Amino acid sequence: MIKNLICINCPRGCHLTVDYSPETGACTVTGNHCPRGVSYATQEMTDPRRTVTAVVRTTSAALPLLPVRTAKEFPKPLIPKLLNYLYTLTVQPPLAMGDVVLPNAMDTGIDVIATEPLEG
Amino acid sequence: MMETIQTTTIDVAVIGAGAAGLSAAAVTAAAGRSTVVIDREGMTGGILRQCIHNGFGLRYFKEELTGPEFAQRMFVKARDAGARFQLDATVTELKKLEDGKLQLQVLSAKDGVQLIEARAVVLAMGCRERNRGNIATPGTRPAGVFTAGSAQKLLNIEGRLPGTSAVIVGSGDIGLIMARRLRWSGIEVKAVVEIMPYPSGLTRNIVQCLHDFNIPLWLEHSVVRIYGKDRVEGVDVAPLVNGMPDMEKKFHIDCDTLLFSVGLIPENELAVNAGVQLNPATGGAMVDANYETNVPGIFSAGNVLHVHDLVDFVAEEAARAAAMVLKRLDGEDAAATTQPATAGANLKYVVPNSFFPGRRTVFSFRPLIVTDNGLLTATLGGKEIWRKRVPFVRPAEMLTAELDGALLTGDGELVFKLEKEASHD
Repeated sequence: MIKNLICINCPRGCHLTVDYSPETGACTVTGNHCPRGVSYATQEMTDPRRTVTAVVRTTSAALPLLPVRTAKEFPKPLIPKLLNYLYTLTVQPPLAMGDVVLPNAMDTGIDVIATEPLEG
Repeated sequence: MMETIQTTTIDVAVIGAGAAGLSAAAVTAAAGRSTVVIDREGMTGGILRQCIHNGFGLRYFKEELTGPEFAQRMFVKARDAGARFQLDATVTELKKLEDGKLQLQVLSAKDGVQLIEARAVVLAMGCRERNRGNIATPGTRPAGVFTAGSAQKLLNIEGRLPGTSAVIVGSGDIGLIMARRLRWSGIEVKAVVEIMPYPSGLTRNIVQCLHDFNIPLWLEHSVVRIYGKDRVEGVDVAPLVNGMPDMEKKFHIDCDTLLFSVGLIPENELAVNAGVQLNPATGGAMVDANYETNVPGIFSAGNVLHVHDLVDFVAEEAARAAAMVLKRLDGEDAAATTQPATAGANLKYVVPNSFFPGRRTVFSFRPLIVTDNGLLTATLGGKEIWRKRVPFVRPAEMLTAELDGALLTGDGELVFKLEKEASHD
């Protein structure tokens, strides 16, 4: 499987061509100007992850929506499922910035945390 | 019986409680100067509160934060330093009194009209967005046309969806971030349309906000018509040839929502009415190396001074400006001689617009060219005094130069210029 990617490790933005074999896990990268391009492409092909940010409903009239994020980068294929779940949540004050809103999201071991305080 | 308007006297009044205002207030309050931060919103943080995505703070806090997290940390810094906050309050007038003090007229539902007399004022009002009118997009005037930032506020603060299928005009970072936000909210994004031959936003955002969702980016294209009577029904998009749309090759996209992410304008009406001179290249105030405007005691920093790419630079600049406010309050003579600093080849502007001989100064620029081998140089009185190689120059990214005081001695004008060096590949 051949895929074209743009490396985002630095502003240079190398255009990478990746030859990836899902069976063997072998990954050949060309177009990179430094080793970070190889690790970026390998990660993107084998286990792409993103920080997910969203808002969840609250019972507070002062702050009806609370911004949240995954505490770490989260597996990309599970993002739609995570968002659908977050949009059904309603959280109650008080919450401090950094408090866990959803532990172990989608059994990944990654928490979703509040990014703003929700005062009670 | 006549009621007199209440007047408060203070050392420093900061207008705007976004990243710049909070950063400046933290510095002046920590130095023991009585400081009030005034904002028309009910919460501090400014536009950062609606920027719920990550990517902030890597430089300033050395970790990656979302907008609300950055805002909250800046607020805590300012509050713990002793700054006071006056929220839900709008400054309706700023003027210089005959005794040299600066007077702010503040309007709020809670306190009515109040006057604040300050020894120094920091302008930190940020920007507002350019809109459809600013770029003269033809067509009908239906509902469903938003600036990217107002759609962001609808989604992230008010929890309302702006529509079901969208086209985004402009590939600036706010537009790109909104493309992902819309998709993550179940809204289709049909296209991003950009007049320039290169994206205006950061590569990271092109990749993670467009490529991740297979959203097409039409470079050197323009929206040439908006359709719809009550609600947007679609747009025509045409390629640009020598800057003019080629109407023969236009195509139609159905959508019910159109977002404009076409740049920011420093919000300087208060400043202009106070007699502050603006720089046409930035839309912000002309400032000297103290970040002081032509009106003594009025300082300016952050996006109201010039549009920054990163909030980290906004916070740093405001802290530098606040340090100068402190010197001024300590009685340093601002009338000391300054020399002019100007932007030469391939630079849109330089901030600040002058410097004090012998004093270390940080200058900021906007490049006008794209190159992977840039060379930034400074000449003073025609003689080169400084040079720096800049590997990746993009108009979307600000450039800075930090010049030691020892270099800044000699007569004449300081001129910066940016050149393309021969490729090293």
